[in-house]
Amino acid sequence: MALDLTKEKGIPLDQQRFTWPDLVRTPISKLNDDAFTRVRVILMNGIENESWIFQHQFARCSKDLRKELARVRRAEQHQQTLVNWLLPPDQSALETTIAYEQVAVEVTATVAEHEPDPYMKQVYHFGLLEDFDHLYRYSALLDRLEGKDANNILQSYTDIMPGRPTWVEHRHPDDDIREHYDCKKAHPLTKIHAMLVLAAEQQTRNFYATVGNVYADPVARQLYAEISSIEEQHVTQYESLMDPSETWLEKWLLHEATEVYCYFSCMHQESNPRIKQIWEQMLSYELGHLNYVMDLFEKVEKRDPFEVLPKTLPQPLDFTSHRDYVREVLKKEVELRAQGSQFVPKEKEPQDGPSATYRNYMNSKGSPSETVAAGYRWIPGTELIARAQALRAQEMGVH
Amino acid sequence: MKSTGQPSDIGKNRTGIQMSPKQAKAMEEGSSRVQPPPGDESKIAEVREGYHARATPVGTMAPPGTLKGMAKSAGKALTGHKATVLLDKMGERMAFERTGVRLYDALIAKVSASGEVDSIGLTEAALRKIQTDELRHMQIVAEAIEEMGADPTSETPCADVAGVQALGVMQVLTDPRTTVSQGLAAILTAELVDNASWEMLVDLAREFGNDELANTFDEARRQEEEHLRQVKGWIEGLTKQESLGVSAPAAPPPA
Repeated sequence: MALDLTKEKGIPLDQQRFTWPDLVRTPISKLNDDAFTRVRVILMNGIENESWIFQHQFARCSKDLRKELARVRRAEQHQQTLVNWLLPPDQSALETTIAYEQVAVEVTATVAEHEPDPYMKQVYHFGLLEDFDHLYRYSALLDRLEGKDANNILQSYTDIMPGRPTWVEHRHPDDDIREHYDCKKAHPLTKIHAMLVLAAEQQTRNFYATVGNVYADPVARQLYAEISSIEEQHVTQYESLMDPSETWLEKWLLHEATEVYCYFSCMHQESNPRIKQIWEQMLSYELGHLNYVMDLFEKVEKRDPFEVLPKTLPQPLDFTSHRDYVREVLKKEVELRAQGSQFVPKEKEPQDGPSATYRNYMNSKGSPSETVAAGYRWIPGTELIARAQALRAQEMGVH
Repeated sequence: MKSTGQPSDIGKNRTGIQMSPKQAKAMEEGSSRVQPPPGDESKIAEVREGYHARATPVGTMAPPGTLKGMAKSAGKALTGHKATVLLDKMGERMAFERTGVRLYDALIAKVSASGEVDSIGLTEAALRKIQTDELRHMQIVAEAIEEMGADPTSETPCADVAGVQALGVMQVLTDPRTTVSQGLAAILTAELVDNASWEMLVDLAREFGNDELANTFDEARRQEEEHLRQVKGWIEGLTKQESLGVSAPAAPPPA
């Protein structure tokens, strides 16, 4: 099933309206909905946030398109609210964090799997193994702070195991800059992938930076501080993949195309009919934005938008478990380290280089991610199950 | 068992490993091979202890705003009692009662939407009666704080912490998806704490030699006892009805 961007017009921008109850709907069920419904909600919140922030930056550098940007941005603002408010209030910030990391693992895995450019693929693998480790650390925190099993959020789709240890992920900023794609040669999917993974990581950084201070527990505050710092590194990494020679309007087109692609993917695979209807509506709104920006592009840049965009959308994102894929990457690439824009075996990372020096100082008074997961191994029902069983066995033996 | 539109109906809950045995087995197998970081949970305790050692309180009491208050605080200090301890606990009670009024607002909205249950006396009027008691208790403490020369609008440290405690109760009660029964369970948490706290406040007032205040507080305590009895009775009644499959007030069915 392909979407023909030359034909699909969506809903015109001036017909996109919301009432407050349109924005604030019944949330999804933490217990009953599929974990991938939650993954999609979180991903789309990130995509909407990225569009919103990009359009603000554009407006600050543009004299002529401020009104046009403000019009589209208002719709994006309300779409973001509608989508993000689908998360339920019985999901604690830490449970939402587990879900954010599931997004990072499963969405980055499907992106990496389908990425045509081998260098980009390697970059995604590199980031994937770091987020995979975050999931393990936060799962330990959820167990040891709230007494809850992270798998009730993950629904057995995603492994809870260490990846590249978080404490070694801290790098000098220079080692987070990657090579960018060439906008004249890159496959459209390469551009969309870079945009969507960036959006997901950016919202993760923003979420951790916002909720890290709601915890009373200093261990939790430290862990959020630490992982938020890595997410900042990931934002640096992924934004550097984009070609800086793309014009602002070209980037705007790509943003709208990414939104269309992601909503299309969501609609394609959604299991909850009520949420599927929302994805369908959002897709038609984004097609309206895309057409609006295509017209601007033609008018302002005097270029054909399909010099930048694909005429049909690629295969939708694959919202499924990537356990085998992730395990394979883990086995082969966990020991890689970044040196400049390249990846090298850990033995080749200079021990007195900028990243090692930076990391050693950051961890010199302890590592929050090592503290929280000390001796932690996930078992169904939390690690207290094992402790409780041992206690019962001991008591039965005594009596 | 036929569906009664209650959360206890069998539905599509996807949590727990039995919902996806094959995937869960793969997870367990993967996890069993994990080499975790060295140490154990005691590392968490070490960090917490380190922060505890350096921590400062959430806040302190405000200085008395009037000469009369200053004199009263000093007077009690001379008798070996620190008046601000009593004031802090009174501030806590007042804040708790004030939040309690709002919690009952939310519960009443829930009962109004779901329907009263006359058979067990769960009516809006009965809830309004409790809510009015909470409001009165709030005012009783406010007047007593003022009488001691302190400021009833000041948020004391214990009041602040009590506010943190009540956040979960408020979340449950204002969630449109929770049932009346679940809302009552949340209120039960508040009423149990309220009962014990009034009991301790009565004793504290007596220790301070203020029998008149203690007697006033004791009257509030007796009313709280009645609230607790009622709330427990409603929960028991609703649970019994639900277990017998009788249609009870419910949240909308899961989407």
